[in-house]
Amino acid sequence: MRGLGRFLRERTAATGAGFVLLLVVLAVFGPLIDGTPPNAIDHAILGMPQPPSGAHWFGTDLLGRDIFVRALYGARVSLMVGAAAMIVSFTIGVSYGAIAGAAGGVLDAAMMRFVDAMLSFPTFFLLLIIAALTETFSLGIIILIIGLTSWPGLSRLVRAEVLSLRDRDFVEAARALGARPGRIVLRHLIPNALAPVVVAAAFAVGDNILAESSLSFFGLGVQPPQASWGNMLQDALAPEAQSAPWMVLVPGLLIIATILAFSVIADGIRVSLDRSISQSAADDEPPAELLAVPTAAGNSSRG
Amino acid sequence: MSAYIVRRLIGAIPLLLFISLVTYAMMALAPGGPVSVLGPRGGNLSPEVIANIKAQYGLDKPWYIQYFYWLKELLFHGSLGNSFVDHRPVIEKVFEKLPVTVEMIGLALLLTLIIALPIGIYAGAHRDSLVDNVASVVGFVFYGVPIFWLSIVLIDIFAVQLRWFPSSGISSLGAEGDPIDRLRHLALPVVAIALTGFVSWMRYQRSSVIEAMSSAYIRTARSKGLSERDVLFKHAFRNALLPIVTLLGLSLPALVGGAYFVEYVFSIPGVGYLTFSSIFSRDYPTIMAITMLTAVLIVAGNLLADIAYAVVDPRIRYT
Repeated sequence: MRGLGRFLRERTAATGAGFVLLLVVLAVFGPLIDGTPPNAIDHAILGMPQPPSGAHWFGTDLLGRDIFVRALYGARVSLMVGAAAMIVSFTIGVSYGAIAGAAGGVLDAAMMRFVDAMLSFPTFFLLLIIAALTETFSLGIIILIIGLTSWPGLSRLVRAEVLSLRDRDFVEAARALGARPGRIVLRHLIPNALAPVVVAAAFAVGDNILAESSLSFFGLGVQPPQASWGNMLQDALAPEAQSAPWMVLVPGLLIIATILAFSVIADGIRVSLDRSISQSAADDEPPAELLAVPTAAGNSSRG
Repeated sequence: MSAYIVRRLIGAIPLLLFISLVTYAMMALAPGGPVSVLGPRGGNLSPEVIANIKAQYGLDKPWYIQYFYWLKELLFHGSLGNSFVDHRPVIEKVFEKLPVTVEMIGLALLLTLIIALPIGIYAGAHRDSLVDNVASVVGFVFYGVPIFWLSIVLIDIFAVQLRWFPSSGISSLGAEGDPIDRLRHLALPVVAIALTGFVSWMRYQRSSVIEAMSSAYIRTARSKGLSERDVLFKHAFRNALLPIVTLLGLSLPALVGGAYFVEYVFSIPGVGYLTFSSIFSRDYPTIMAITMLTAVLIVAGNLLADIAYAVVDPRIRYT
């Protein structure tokens, strides 16, 4: 049974990676091949969403726009925001955590108090306030907002890792050879602390995609007419859309599949990293998503 | 223990001050102040009138002076100020929305535990059984489901198609005090919260049962010939509940702020809804009040979780 579990896990990680790859290819090249503009309004079927057919694979929305084409443009937005925001939080989180861990003492204590305070804000509340108050919703701003609110957890992870490395012999040796603190952090501490960060980063892409679609759903992210999975769901809230379940299902299932794909990729990375350390321990550890604290509000606080 | 609690409470003061300062700074430094949302009317106001309005609310001063006034009111008069929108005390506004949200999240938490605990315990005691595998697959899928999407789907199926439950609001016209009517309105939101939230509780419970079952005292209990049932319920169960106690404390803030999505989609007039409307209308005092309430609950929840942990587990002592 255990062997089967591991086999399935690797298969799912590969499936997840395959799905993301397919999505990337479709998002990048799909619109070039098809050529239908995502905002082309078909006046003949205005207000009468058409079910999926040969002409419109995923049906049309209230303005007669093709949902398949819009979903592809939405995938561009989601993947780009997910990855770019991850890079922002990754950059800040890794350098912040590494500096705190390497410095130690008062500086470390002060820096970690700041992280504690950041974590005392419910993340999505913070996102909402900043997004609503900024009033400008370019993709760059959305990426910055999500990236700037999601690094504190990551910096904690890096700091813990750096602390456990700081007094190892090879770091000691570098110090004895006269390496400057900056070099020790960059060349010795950060590269060796990266393994758990890579896992967290893969999860973060999924979480960022959820955050982007939540913001867009509330009208605080990607602005119509530009398509995003979140604002496509916003369109589906209209009473006239109640007879068109495809308007709800297509963007929703894409969000779910993408988040799950990044989570199995993260889990796959974790398992293969663990295996290089110990063969048997990997199976008994809880999956990394358990490291997040659940709340009664479910994943609303995760966003 | 009491010295520990006092120390923790004192330690919370700088944290709360920091949170209030940052929130105020973010609000005040963001483009577009409260006057700008007067909307089309705002465009026609003469500069003198705008300056008058600003002076009336103290908005003509730099943000740190405004913050200082806010803090002074809070510390010396225990007041969080009046709303910019309807001039009522914000405390009153928040507290009249609180019961609905607390009721909704409380019911959701109850439903979550009813689903999550039995399955988690069974799955932990019978690893790789059918129940364990099915639960982990279902749990995996729900991990990716956004709560606002689930809410829309529930409305489409159970309110629009089947017409079993109302799709929005908290009461039907003319049935305002009826508890059954209220429960019918809360049913779908509560289910949405519980279905997206039970996964992590279930998996926590599962791993803590697994951990407890592999400890030395369980081997002792088994070797003196106790039945597997007695081993599970008399020995493992109590210890496996410890993490859940902590989680309950940590989920306290969700009682206030955790329901924006659900309250938004189902139009439930709770604190989440108030949060939205006050953010959009730049109602600084109300935003500050909700932020501070949430922050206080986070601090209190962490502290309660630690205290409860020490109460259930005598090995843990704080000095």
